[in-house]
Amino acid sequence: MKLTGAQILWECLVREGVSTVFGYPGGAILPAYDAMLDYPIRHVLVRHEQGATHMADGYARASGKVGVAVATSGPGATNMVTGIATAMMDSSPIVCITGQVGSHLIGYDAFQETDITGVTLPITKHNYLVTRPEDIAPAIREAVYIAAHGRPGPVLIDITKDAQQRSCELDWDGAVPRPHKRPERRPHPDDYARALALIDQAKRPLILGGHGIMLSGAMKVVREFAERAHIPVAMTLLGIGGFPASHPLNLGMMGMHGEAWVNTAIQEADLLLAFGMRFDDRVTGNLKTYAPNAKKVHIEIDPAEINKNVRVDVAIVGDLRNVLEELLPHVAEGDRSEWLDWIASLKGDSAVRDIQNMPDSGHLYAAHVVHDLWHATDGSALVVTDVGQHQMWEAQYYKHEHPRSLITSGGLGTMGFALPAAIGAKIARPDAEVWAVVGDGGFQMTMAELGTIAQERLDINIAIINNGYLGMVRQWQEFFYERRYAATPLLNPDFAKLAAAYGLTGATVMKRPDVIPAVQAARAHRGTVVIDFQVEQEDSVFPMVPAGADLHAMIRRPSASPIVETSADP
Amino acid sequence: MIDTHTYVVYVEDRPGVLNRVASLFRRRGFNIESLTVGHTERPGISRMTIAVKADRTDAQRIEAHLYKLVNVISVEDITTAPSVLRDLAMIKVAATQESRGEVMQLVEVFRARVVDVAPDSLVIEITGTEDKIDSLIEVLRPYGVIEMVRTGRVAITRGTKNGAATAGARSSARLSDDAGVSHSV
Repeated sequence: MKLTGAQILWECLVREGVSTVFGYPGGAILPAYDAMLDYPIRHVLVRHEQGATHMADGYARASGKVGVAVATSGPGATNMVTGIATAMMDSSPIVCITGQVGSHLIGYDAFQETDITGVTLPITKHNYLVTRPEDIAPAIREAVYIAAHGRPGPVLIDITKDAQQRSCELDWDGAVPRPHKRPERRPHPDDYARALALIDQAKRPLILGGHGIMLSGAMKVVREFAERAHIPVAMTLLGIGGFPASHPLNLGMMGMHGEAWVNTAIQEADLLLAFGMRFDDRVTGNLKTYAPNAKKVHIEIDPAEINKNVRVDVAIVGDLRNVLEELLPHVAEGDRSEWLDWIASLKGDSAVRDIQNMPDSGHLYAAHVVHDLWHATDGSALVVTDVGQHQMWEAQYYKHEHPRSLITSGGLGTMGFALPAAIGAKIARPDAEVWAVVGDGGFQMTMAELGTIAQERLDINIAIINNGYLGMVRQWQEFFYERRYAATPLLNPDFAKLAAAYGLTGATVMKRPDVIPAVQAARAHRGTVVIDFQVEQEDSVFPMVPAGADLHAMIRRPSASPIVETSADP
Repeated sequence: MIDTHTYVVYVEDRPGVLNRVASLFRRRGFNIESLTVGHTERPGISRMTIAVKADRTDAQRIEAHLYKLVNVISVEDITTAPSVLRDLAMIKVAATQESRGEVMQLVEVFRARVVDVAPDSLVIEITGTEDKIDSLIEVLRPYGVIEMVRTGRVAITRGTKNGAATAGARSSARLSDDAGVSHSV
């Protein structure tokens, strides 16, 4: 039986297991939208196509399944660019489907024509321009495969309007992804032996746990590995959740705003075991002085990451879980108590600087909010954060026990990510308690998606960490630009009223004692609650390794001096 | 140490593949010295010869990045393999009646060919290594090089081994040492 290209599109997506798409219709994708009504697809109407890509991304990160976003040609497609780049940097499997003008019009600057495959070439794993209905099924099947396999990432399929309208036979079996002839990805036995020897000899080893733990499903084996060899684990931002926060071997986050004892330990380590992470500059600081005494073993699925930033002694290219499962039986049981005790001894210095331990000044701090949120949700919420100070405080103070319980834009640092990504996460895991923790700046970038929340009747709670500034930029201005606050103060709307305008519930919290009751009220409420936490305006995230500085050269929160005074309202 | 690395890259013959390869080099900051592309003995498959200046680490990264392109079938860095490298140039050089004889002698010495003769100029075709072509250009320069075109490097390994056929057959690969790389989709 002949099907139109549009029908083939949905038929293939359904057969690939897709049940939900996030999208926005328009001229060049209309045939696909028309055909969609006959397929078991939940379509979430977004308010901006960037939102659709972040939702697909949040959906993918929350579930491990491929997320799908749909948009029309031209501006619809270009609006997806930020979300696609975000997914690319954070290895998130999404498939974006865009309409394109009719194939006879391509290259003639037709209305709403954009060369979106050209535009997205450097920010996709792969993309397709499809001009014939026969090519739709192979493109969909291969796109889903490519997005999810190896190192995951975004794939875009641009389908001309006539390819959607014309008909052909659906050849499902003939559309099976082409076998890509690749040298087989099997690590060399010698590399295993060398890695094991280094582990055996190490007195001060450290595991650096990255996003790869989640992507390969290696949580269990990482834990067994760490316990058996008695090696502490430090997390990258995207690694958080890959190793339980409460585990005695979990040290916490590393890097620019990592815990001081973690960064110190990295600099003192004699062996770094990098598990599914890529030595981002936010993690290493100055490469010349990074972990100078440490041998490095890198287990990573993407060979292009090997020796990219940090020269390693042993590289094992492969799926993290597979590699660790092979290594585990051969790892010698260790006792690194001396090393662990030394690291633990560093924590006292941090404790006296911790805002949680300072006398209550009556001011509300973002760290208080995150800490209380963690407490009130028993550490079991699925938290989606935006980008900036609140993101770092969340990473420091919300203790994540489970994989895929923190979703955040790491590599690209995309403000506006949290709200739409939280929508995608909630739809992927309707039973999860989803909290979007978002700054007042980033929230306003994509807050139109409150409309999507209202229309889809979603139950997401939103904690706005409102300090009236673009806080992280303000912090840099404070530290590095003599407090010249160029373009960082924000005049904000009344967020509670804004929520009410969408038929959602809003609340405003200004005092610490009100935090937990507000969180509990939001949890008890069926439907979305937006809580505007008006926090200390000029607080900064500590510790901080200035960009490009040595990892041990951290700016610390002063321990003795009183807390920064509240500034006047802008 | 930075050397010129020569890659033989087999790619699917599809629209946009050249763009994907060129874009990769541009956005990763690798500088292409030359890139040639043409058909192969197999239909639907094109072959590129890419010359890039890179140190050993970057050379391995280039190979790994090329493999991340879905349309790339195989990549071989033949820099150290015994191979034949050739460039082709056509050089239009000013040649009057007086100087024509001298120019023709140089052509002879370099085993090049004259492919067009006009009253005031000659077009010389030469095939050879880049060095050899550079030398010819150098000696022709005093006569006046009017116009020149070069194809860029093409390369093939010596012996019966076919790079494309063997590249997919490696069963293990290491990255921390010299011998090749392994790849994901």
